[in-house]
Amino acid sequence: VKFLPISDSDRSEMLRAIGVSSIEDLFASIPAEVRHSPNLPPPLSEIEVRRLLGSLAARNANARESAFFLGAGIYNHYVSAIADQMLYRAEWLTSYTPYQPEVSQGTLQSIFEFQTHICLLTGLDVANASLYEGASALVEALLMASRLCRGRRRAVLSAGIHPEYRETVRTYFSSLGFTSIEVPVKADGRTDENALAAAVDDDTFAVAIQSPNFYGVVEDWQIGSRAAHQKGALSVAVVAEAVSMALLASPGERGADIACGEGQSLGVPMHLGGPVLGILACRAEHERQIPGRLVGETRDAEGRRAFCLTLSTREQHIRRERATSNICTNQGLMALASNIHCSLLGKRGLREVALQSHAKAEYLKGEIAKIPAWRIPFEGPTFNEFVVEGPEPAAPLLSRLARRGILAGVPLSRWEDSANRFLVAATEMNTREEMDRLVAALRDRAGGRGDREVPHGDTGGTGDRKVPRREPF
Amino acid sequence: LSVEIEEKAAAIRDPRHPEPRHEPLVFERSGEGKVGYSLPPLDVPETVAIPAALLRAEIAGETEITEVEVARHFTRLSKLNFSIDQDLYPLGSCTMKHNPRVNEEVARLPGFAAAHPLAPEEVSQGALELAWSLERMLSELTGLARVTLQPAAGAQGELAGILMVRAALTKRGGPRTTVLIPDSAHGTNPASAHFAGYKVRELKSNARGTLDLHVLEEAMTEDVAALMLTVPNTLGIFENQILEIARIVHAKGGYLYCDGANFNSFVGIAKPGAMGIDVMHMNLHKTFSTPHGGGGPGAGPVAVAGSLVPFLPRPTVERRADGSFFLDHDRPESIGRLRTFLGNFGMFVRALAYISSYGNRIGEVARGAVLNANYIRAGLTGVYHLKYDAPTMHEVVFSDKKQTAWGVHAMDIGKRLMDYGFHPPTISFPLIVYGALMIEPTETESKSGLDAFVAAMREIARESEEEPQIVKTAPHTTPVRRVDEVGAARNLVLRWKPES
Repeated sequence: VKFLPISDSDRSEMLRAIGVSSIEDLFASIPAEVRHSPNLPPPLSEIEVRRLLGSLAARNANARESAFFLGAGIYNHYVSAIADQMLYRAEWLTSYTPYQPEVSQGTLQSIFEFQTHICLLTGLDVANASLYEGASALVEALLMASRLCRGRRRAVLSAGIHPEYRETVRTYFSSLGFTSIEVPVKADGRTDENALAAAVDDDTFAVAIQSPNFYGVVEDWQIGSRAAHQKGALSVAVVAEAVSMALLASPGERGADIACGEGQSLGVPMHLGGPVLGILACRAEHERQIPGRLVGETRDAEGRRAFCLTLSTREQHIRRERATSNICTNQGLMALASNIHCSLLGKRGLREVALQSHAKAEYLKGEIAKIPAWRIPFEGPTFNEFVVEGPEPAAPLLSRLARRGILAGVPLSRWEDSANRFLVAATEMNTREEMDRLVAALRDRAGGRGDREVPHGDTGGTGDRKVPRREPF
Repeated sequence: LSVEIEEKAAAIRDPRHPEPRHEPLVFERSGEGKVGYSLPPLDVPETVAIPAALLRAEIAGETEITEVEVARHFTRLSKLNFSIDQDLYPLGSCTMKHNPRVNEEVARLPGFAAAHPLAPEEVSQGALELAWSLERMLSELTGLARVTLQPAAGAQGELAGILMVRAALTKRGGPRTTVLIPDSAHGTNPASAHFAGYKVRELKSNARGTLDLHVLEEAMTEDVAALMLTVPNTLGIFENQILEIARIVHAKGGYLYCDGANFNSFVGIAKPGAMGIDVMHMNLHKTFSTPHGGGGPGAGPVAVAGSLVPFLPRPTVERRADGSFFLDHDRPESIGRLRTFLGNFGMFVRALAYISSYGNRIGEVARGAVLNANYIRAGLTGVYHLKYDAPTMHEVVFSDKKQTAWGVHAMDIGKRLMDYGFHPPTISFPLIVYGALMIEPTETESKSGLDAFVAAMREIARESEEEPQIVKTAPHTTPVRRVDEVGAARNLVLRWKPES
């Protein structure tokens, strides 16, 4: 096999040196009755691997070959060629967690830079080396708040937080004896401030609000901060569309103690939802309770600037069941991608991406609102995503549009009882022509006028060649 | 930039001087007015329809830099890292094997990298089929009924596994109170059990380095939810009484959890399901070669026996009678979600490509890994102390016991290996071997590479005796010398700050 560099003669010599006659002798401690050869197909060559995966990929609609308006926590933003190509370098790709700083300064310095970008964007003092993704980042932020308010048992969450984030919180809380209370959003799409303040009591350790929230509406984190601080709880700001941080007031400015969420839109491809990039930042006074890996600046034996992982005594490989978190890894390569992206776009580019995304979404929202029988149900200001309500159930309509090469949005019926509503997102990647095409299709309600239906798989970017279907297993 | 210029000058004066190694922070490379990107002109009216109070000022301190400078910065930084593609990376328990490059290529196909998790099912059939197929393959390799791909890493997989055990026991009458964990286990095991709401009871290993059946029998009561066992354990020793262990755990109504971090040593050779294991996580970034990426992303699928299937995280991927695939969210007994969407899908692509490359010959992976570890053991026995001499599987744990006589510790030996061009082994773990050097070569090393590593380790043993100072002050040839980690924790500097 091409990845196994031991030749037959090497093997004989090695077995002789070990003092056994066959490799099977080395497996003597595995009981015979549990031995089984796997029932798998024969090995594939590289050419066949390409064909197999190519045929699977060709049956997924993708943003490069569609008019694309999907969001709900994963966004189609610009990723520069260099941010991807740099990840191919073996020194980044094939190295491990930088536990040995003398041979890991590249990874360590990059994480230190990433931590700085996240601090600048969130307006907070300290950020960690990244977490898995947005939902588990919220869990970690809440658990951190619970440690800082020891003895309290409740978290108050806005119902405007991404439903999959809230579900993840419930999973983690179920076995820890914590509860989460959900405060509804008002008719304009914003969290009900009075209900929020009323929900916070002396047993509450955190108040969490997402902005822009799941419905795309921009919230003021200050209502969460006020509600939390009056009872000595911590204010947690949740971000699911990180590009917004370049335009909107930062969590730090609006009184949040912890910011957390999803950083995917800062240079990480959509990847069908993973790997993406969990982020977490906090105020300096809480830095010793921050979960996950952290890189700090220090000196080497000759006094040169150097970087290393720090405060690792909080972590499970040392503290075991007393660790601050069950998180073992960060998303190193995604944090690198994000560092490259933020560095390249910088002060001006991050803001321009945010402004363009917002302007395009405003244009699209305005055009959809003009279509008879269509409306924008929430009046609150939005950043680059908004809810649309049409005259018919959204899910079948969206499927029809998808078959015509328009990925128009995400139906809310997936999470809640509102059949005719769906989320539409726009970014700097969308053209006016695509948006006009979407508006025209909604006006027709994809009623078959005009566009030809293209069965997916024929649009697979490989010219006219139809990709044969293959089964891996 | 003065340090950088000084280093360059030194290199010019003395050609033997190592190449410049100081790279300023990207923020220190920034220059006002520089631009590294361009976007198409805005083709809709410019507008900001958000109240001013909810807007921010410019991001003070963010960079202004060109693509050229970004390219050089990150290329130079990369050269300060050691990587598998450079040489042997024998980190025990981490399975640092070669990462096939075709896997990187296929993971970037637009149908994976530019696809969205919430696209309609009709235009996501390739993704769903991929996840379904990977699940079937892992199910075949583990001999267990079903697999969730959702957990983002091994530790999250452990948590998912123990939460499923908790849900099953709760349905049966009560969650129980305790999880048993041997003293040789990874630190993630007790942390996961704790976050799943359990007390942890540690079990002492016997003289062979494996679980003591008398200790287990005494500890295994009806308060015990599960035994979490690493197979083979962190000493690289297979629990040869695994069938008896399973019998004892099951007799009291408990579950046998397998930490599959070391699956590389028996993948394709034996099935955990046949051993009586009820639930097991795997690390796609270990056994199935997805790249470690400097610390993630990983993926930690969990395989379960039939009795735990109702409790799998939501959603599962299912196939209809007509051959189409769909996500099943309607699973009332599910433990819920552990994260958003399907999991680290990009890692599923790579793992499927990897398993397909080996196919029914995947047992060669385990055979190669075990052969290589035993060859290193043979080469270093007598030179380094071996506390447990039971048969070695994929990794071998020596210690610094002989070298401490000259004041040389495991950490020093690891640092000195860097001067010989190797990454250190895992140091000081497992905790039951004082001064541990945990060596896992993996199957993707050649004999000549292993010979060079053994020669370096033997040379370090000689140095430790004859010139220990050179070992104690190592490394000498790395981009930075020994780093002050204590100072970093005492005086925390966790970010760059703009001068104000």
